Amino acid sequence: MSGILRVCTAAGCAGCGGSALREQLGAVIAAATTGDPASGLALKGVGCLGPCGEGALLELESASGRRLFGGITPEGVAAVAASLANLSPGTDLGTWAPPAARPIDLEQPFFRLQKRLVLEHCGRIDPESLAEALAAGSYGQLRRVLQENRPEAVIEQVRRSGLRGRGGGGYPTGLKWATVARMPGPEKVVVCNADEGDPGAFMDRSVLEGDPHRLLEGMAIAAWAVGASRGFIYVRAEYPMAIAHLRTAIAQAEDQGLLGAAIAGSAFGFQLELRVGAGAFVCGEETALIHSIEGQRGVPRPRPPYPAEVGVFGLPTLINNVETFASVPPLLAIGAEAYAAIGTTNSGGTKVFSLTGDVRLAGVLEVPMGTPIATIVETMGGGAPDGHAIKAVQTGGPSGGCVPANRLDTPVDYESLQELGSIMGSGGMVVMDDSTSMVDVACFFMAFCREESCGKCIPCRSGTVQLHLLLQKHLAGEADAADLAQLESLCHMVKDTSLCGLGQSAPKPVLSTLRHFRGDYLALLRPEPEATPEPVP
Amino acid sequence: MSVRTLRIDGRDLAVPEGTTLLQAAREAGIAIPTLCHLEGLSPVAACRLCLVEIEGTDKLLPACITPASEGMVVQTATPRLQDIRRTVVELLFTEGNHVCAICVANGHCELQDLAVTTGMDHSRLPYRFPARRVDLSHPFFGLDHNRCILCTRCVRVCDEVEGAHVWDVGWRGEHCRIIAGLDEPWGAVDACTNCGKCVQVCPTGALFHKGDTTAEKHDEPAQLQALVHARHHQQWNP
Ligand SMILES: Cc1cc2nc3c(=O)[nH]c(=O)nc-3n(C[C@H](O)[C@H](O)[C@H](O)COP(=O)(O)O)c2cc1C
Ligand code: SF4
Ligand code: SF4
Ligand code: SF4
Ligand code: FES
Ligand code: FES
Repeated sequence: MSGILRVCTAAGCAGCGGSALREQLGAVIAAATTGDPASGLALKGVGCLGPCGEGALLELESASGRRLFGGITPEGVAAVAASLANLSPGTDLGTWAPPAARPIDLEQPFFRLQKRLVLEHCGRIDPESLAEALAAGSYGQLRRVLQENRPEAVIEQVRRSGLRGRGGGGYPTGLKWATVARMPGPEKVVVCNADEGDPGAFMDRSVLEGDPHRLLEGMAIAAWAVGASRGFIYVRAEYPMAIAHLRTAIAQAEDQGLLGAAIAGSAFGFQLELRVGAGAFVCGEETALIHSIEGQRGVPRPRPPYPAEVGVFGLPTLINNVETFASVPPLLAIGAEAYAAIGTTNSGGTKVFSLTGDVRLAGVLEVPMGTPIATIVETMGGGAPDGHAIKAVQTGGPSGGCVPANRLDTPVDYESLQELGSIMGSGGMVVMDDSTSMVDVACFFMAFCREESCGKCIPCRSGTVQLHLLLQKHLAGEADAADLAQLESLCHMVKDTSLCGLGQSAPKPVLSTLRHFRGDYLALLRPEPEATPEPVP
Repeated sequence: MSVRTLRIDGRDLAVPEGTTLLQAAREAGIAIPTLCHLEGLSPVAACRLCLVEIEGTDKLLPACITPASEGMVVQTATPRLQDIRRTVVELLFTEGNHVCAICVANGHCELQDLAVTTGMDHSRLPYRFPARRVDLSHPFFGLDHNRCILCTRCVRVCDEVEGAHVWDVGWRGEHCRIIAGLDEPWGAVDACTNCGKCVQVCPTGALFHKGDTTAEKHDEPAQLQALVHARHHQQWNP
């Protein structure tokens, strides 16, 4: 019979049975002889399919359409393989029901409401095959822009698309590219920030693991547009599969003349190197990242000068996030106007989120900018499980804040989230149900910042420790009203005075929970000692 | 040379282009507290004591690295800034172990002076009493980590002026520590020329001459400035 079997072998699923499933299904197909139902089947290990919380996942594609099965455990893998091997002759893939696997409805909102541009090929193609990426259209936009040979026109397209930096800050990408392009000098550098250090964020990982060529194409287009000939991808060491897939992809692209010298027969050359960071959150901050690429201690420095003027090795440098670069090929493919029309006025296009926490369907999804948070967490994610209600949704990780349940109608765009005291951030979205203590949440993130502070400036180095101690004091029920006032004022001090974004936003989870959930803090305060009654004479 | 006119604390000033707000203020006799900054060394803007308010932006900017620009209106000592500075000093005192009465730098310590100028007579935040070490392995000098405020002046002077690069910062966050060589005892680091420059620029009693006792250490930043000036202008006999 004919058909395609796709097994998610990305990091989220590989460990919970995905790798074993691919191996054993592969053995069955290899052993099948002509006439066996399993013969003629194509098996692919693919990147993240989306509902990571349901792993391991198996997708069957046949003439009758696509069907997805989840919940396959490492113990169940052998049964699935045996079932495939023992299918009675003549069975169609469209009717096979793998045992010990749960069908997942592909028509449910989680899939239906997505708009997959960045993740277009993720979960469809084998990320280790350049041929599949090419067949899916990868490098088509790079070839086209090289042929048309008008770099300013590419920058203009990116500007008009309304694309903004997906690393968290939301700086207009077209403007950044134009600034670097205008910098004088023959040598410039393009850097991809793949540090992804926020707890609860794994969007960039799914792109790196599932479709690395999309990133490489985006970076090459950017390099050509701004006039850079060298590039770096700075990826954290905790992502071994992403690193392996990137290495493979870079070698393949170089081999086919899509990276390196004289790309696609043009005069444009682009040397791309991988730099593996040791997993410090602060190394995601752009100036610290530059120092780290240069082989120095990964600590931030004051800006200006911005990397566009003084970046890696002192050269003008364009730094963008993984998703920002990966948005470029689809943006150019559909056109700036069509891309801008997908999002809101101030935030064009789509955004990838990683949805986790107290939610029924956790995973990676891509939606149009401006989608209400409720649509993502309730309609698509299915809300909180076990009869609980959602209390808040945390966005932006340790640099962000909590959106309370009564504001879930807020659209996801940069400005709306900022107004609520949170941030879009890089795309981590953690759902918290009504059993959550918001002081606990604030304390967790402060502990994280305390641990990750680089220690260069005093407000962050010493302030995050004092803030963490104050939060612990609240949790222990030992704080009084004066401690709460001190917590609040120290938050403002650290936010206003720290040198880099880490310290400046470290107090945000506290300030945002104080704003929306002050009751959680007040409930923990030590009761004022009762005044001893005057003795009656 | 082109000139920038600006107003600091209500006073109209004209300074050459490239002058920092700190230099402009000092020139005009307006004192802005500093700690990490030292004329003659590269700036790091890490201590945040010199933050000032600038009309038209909510962001506080460090005077030690912000160039004066045309028409700037700067406030250097608003109540908000004074409270921030006091808090910075509290954060510094509480993260180390400072017992002034028995310190070599007592009476000549920049941290102690700051406590006085910012009115920090007690800390509103709890002292943390960290366990820190003392390195007495060098034949002439000592380093008491209990008193180190991680201003990195020693790191910079040794690297930028002496060219020996003995010091670095190790670890991160609250675990940061000044390290000699590859985190070796200072006395075991061959690169050290025993020049004493790091001791000279250290604003506290963290680096000291062995043999100095309570209140006997004076830091000598002026010597550094004279040396840097002499090198820069090739004038050795002022
Ligand atoms: C503490 C800190 C951590 C950061 N981590 C990341 C990160 O992991 N990935 C990322 O793309 N940007 C991160 N950023 C933002 C970068 O500094 C930078 O703004 C971004 O990479 C620019 O790319 P964009 O314009 O495409 O968003 C971080 C910033 C701070 C302050
Ligand atoms: S804010 Fe924190 S992470 Fe950033 S420079 Fe200061 S100490 Fe380092
Ligand atoms: S004595 Fe001189 S060479 Fe030795 S550590 Fe200090 S500054 Fe460096
Ligand atoms: S030893 Fe002195 S000069 Fe060096 S960082 Fe510590 S306080 Fe600053
Ligand atoms: S990692 Fe397998 S579905 Fe996301
Ligand atoms: S003196 Fe300006 S930040 Fe330290």
